Amino acid sequence: EFQNNKTENNFPLQRAQKLIRWYRQYVARTEMRRRYTWHIFQSIEYSGEQAQIKLYNFLGYLMDNFTPASSERNLISHIFREHEVCLDAEWERYFCYKNIEVPEVYSGPHLTFPLTVEQAVGLLEAFRNKKQLHSRYALQLLLETWKLLRMLPNINRISTCQSKEITICGDLHGQLEDLLLIFYKNGVPSLEKPYVFNGDFVDRGKDSIEILLILFSFLLVYPCDVYLNRGNHEDHLINLRYGFTKEVLTKYKIHGKRILKLLQKIFSWLPLATVIDQKVLVLHGGISDTTDLGVLARLDRHNYVSAMRPPKKRNSSSSGVSIDADLEEDIWNTSKIFQRRASVSYPKPLGPRDCFQNRSLQDFSGRIKVKMEDELESSRRRESVYQLAINRSEKDVLGVSNDSVTSYDNPKEEWRQILDLLWSDPMSQDGCIPNEVRGGGCYWGPDITEDFLNKHNMQLIIRSHECKQEGYEFCHNRKVLTLFSASNYYDVGSNRGAYVKLGPDLVPYVIQYQASSLTRELTARQRYTVGRTERSALKVLREQLFAHKSDLICAFKKFDKEATGLVSLNDWASAVESVMHLDLPWRMLCSQLVSCKSSDGTIDYNDWFNELAFKGPNHIDQSLLETLYRHRSTLETIFRIIDTDNSGFITVEDFRQTWKLLSVYLKMEITDEDISHLAVTIDSNNDGSIDIDEFMEAFRLTDKKSRLERGRSIPMQTP
Amino acid sequence: MCLTLLIYLVGLFFSETVSDIHKKITTAFKLFDYDANNTVDAREISTIVFSLGCFPSQADLHQIIAEVEEGSSGYVHLDTFLPVMTKVLLEHRFPPIPVEHILRAFEVLDKENKGHLEEGELTKYMTEEGEPFTNKEMEEMLAVLLNNKRGLVYYRDAVGLLGFDGVMK
Repeated sequence: EFQNNKTENNFPLQRAQKLIRWYRQYVARTEMRRRYTWHIFQSIEYSGEQAQIKLYNFLGYLMDNFTPASSERNLISHIFREHEVCLDAEWERYFCYKNIEVPEVYSGPHLTFPLTVEQAVGLLEAFRNKKQLHSRYALQLLLETWKLLRMLPNINRISTCQSKEITICGDLHGQLEDLLLIFYKNGVPSLEKPYVFNGDFVDRGKDSIEILLILFSFLLVYPCDVYLNRGNHEDHLINLRYGFTKEVLTKYKIHGKRILKLLQKIFSWLPLATVIDQKVLVLHGGISDTTDLGVLARLDRHNYVSAMRPPKKRNSSSSGVSIDADLEEDIWNTSKIFQRRASVSYPKPLGPRDCFQNRSLQDFSGRIKVKMEDELESSRRRESVYQLAINRSEKDVLGVSNDSVTSYDNPKEEWRQILDLLWSDPMSQDGCIPNEVRGGGCYWGPDITEDFLNKHNMQLIIRSHECKQEGYEFCHNRKVLTLFSASNYYDVGSNRGAYVKLGPDLVPYVIQYQASSLTRELTARQRYTVGRTERSALKVLREQLFAHKSDLICAFKKFDKEATGLVSLNDWASAVESVMHLDLPWRMLCSQLVSCKSSDGTIDYNDWFNELAFKGPNHIDQSLLETLYRHRSTLETIFRIIDTDNSGFITVEDFRQTWKLLSVYLKMEITDEDISHLAVTIDSNNDGSIDIDEFMEAFRLTDKKSRLERGRSIPMQTP
Repeated sequence: MCLTLLIYLVGLFFSETVSDIHKKITTAFKLFDYDANNTVDAREISTIVFSLGCFPSQADLHQIIAEVEEGSSGYVHLDTFLPVMTKVLLEHRFPPIPVEHILRAFEVLDKENKGHLEEGELTKYMTEEGEPFTNKEMEEMLAVLLNNKRGLVYYRDAVGLLGFDGVMK
């Protein structure tokens, strides 16, 4: 009996042990899934940034290498149309808000200047209650902001004198809820509560303009206690792809274009970095082996409107006010810079950082030459800009006088300094290499941090730019702190946000949070599991895979030499990575992405694509659909550029031209017939114009969330 | 040594090749290799081992970690980890606990056969001796398993929810 008792007692213990082990296994698997889910989102985000930069490099190359007369060039020149010849005073007239009337029905806040803190707080409240600031007040606020920013230095220098603690925030990306949460937890900016906001205020989230208006209003009220650093998303060319442009045009239908133009100037006038107590450097991206605070402090930051475009030519009028150069001069200048690079036009392996910027151009130059030969062969009838380009000899392109080239060394160097500042990421190996993943800036190692801090007699770098699961992360022996303030960035529950408080001891004190209105809807169970976010990531991944169907089939065929239609798991994984270049754990993801695996572990890839397929209009060629889907961001970006009056419509002719351009960029054969077919499908009322939104919708090129946000539930009609 | 060879051959014959196993281990390892230099923090080893389908005890894990850690650096290199882990997988050293056993384990704890366990009961068993759960783990587990306001764990549902679904093939 004694024996029985003993075993009875032991049973539960042993059983409990099993349960413990079982549960820990579950937790480990969940962690694994969390890691690759993260990896998926991040890979896709960064490859989007890279695609954007490549696109602009490509377009820049086209601009600089084809004769002015072509219609294609006119199209592309839309993209690079900077400013008409204008004095600042003339700009002030263009941005004038005085004749904008505010209707009586307007229920939002009314602003009077100079702004008071009560008004700034009132603005916060209004936005919390989903009100929109009227364009008259928005423009006025932005104008005041512009005036103030022009007086600020490139590098803010502040101190934690007496007992002031400085609060530092990272990326906000249009997530108003996070900003409200920070102000709730920490208090709004004030004389006793200085703040530094470290860039990337806009894009991706849906309240970017509200965030800007709040930050600018506090800046105006407390100009010595609110500091803004520029981020890589404070850049109108990036905004075209990542949603800020669209947001402003949607919210401000009549005056949106003016607001965007003014913001373009404001972004270029945002300071580049902040130094606290001469010891802590706060900037958005990071540093490189050549970062020089002296150079950065001296340059004319407002000349660098976009990180993707080299600097404009600088001129001063007799009154000392800067004048923006006109387009023709612009092109000539950029031509000189690009041509100097184009002279080095033989293929080079990835070498030192100097030639990094060249590589994108070389890639495309090779591509274009091929296309030109095709054109010659296939259709002499078509008058093509590419044919004209062939006629131009290489010598013409290179025959620029060399003396004027050297004077551009300086702007180029300065441009690179800024690019590094806004786009770089830290790495754990020593050294400094180009940031291929993002397409701009570099990866810098702990030795670079050490040298830099020693050289400038500093002790800490605080930067943002990268999403971190806990909202922050130290690296480089705790000498670099990454700070990210947009919680739930990739999806609900994906990550926390964080902000930092820095007192006179300069020891960073991190506070984390997670915006709750969405997470509150999750049950406790959902908060600890990863299923929801994982499903979301996998959905995005499946779409990407389907969009690369043709290339994937080619890759599979290489492994399936006997044309059985089947590949092994290993081969499947290798083929997929060779096409997608996302460096994901494909073997691990296979069971989540492929359901038609046979019992011996081989995969029928044709069946798989049927599984992934989504339906588009039937009469449109599947491969064209695939192209559309894969490059929808790029496509939409180009459409919005072309739509210069921001009406939401482009002409059928422009539509055609866009496709021709894309066909070269994408190395795709898109016939005129295909394009006409597409155009006709969309322009069903035959009035010669195409609604961009309807177009993107018709091919279900928008995801469900944004469709619902825009209040539409049905895609456009199909014939 | 002979036994290992035998197991290796048997393994080759019956299921995955060693090459497949290497790929599986490397993929899992690389997910935690944040610096892309084939090294992971030693504290991630337990997650990696578990996620490869193994159910080791804490003691087992300590042993593995001791074997693969680079001195006291706190880091593990793939070159050291790969052969050790391959052997573990080939030998099926820490086989998965079948779902029926988990269910049975719950049933034994549920002496009165109520079909559910109270929060307090489960906590008592899991945090007693042996390999006690930490309080944090207990809290999290309850959050995942409890989906009702009465503080009861309906373990049949729980087993279904958290079952090992062979994701790590």
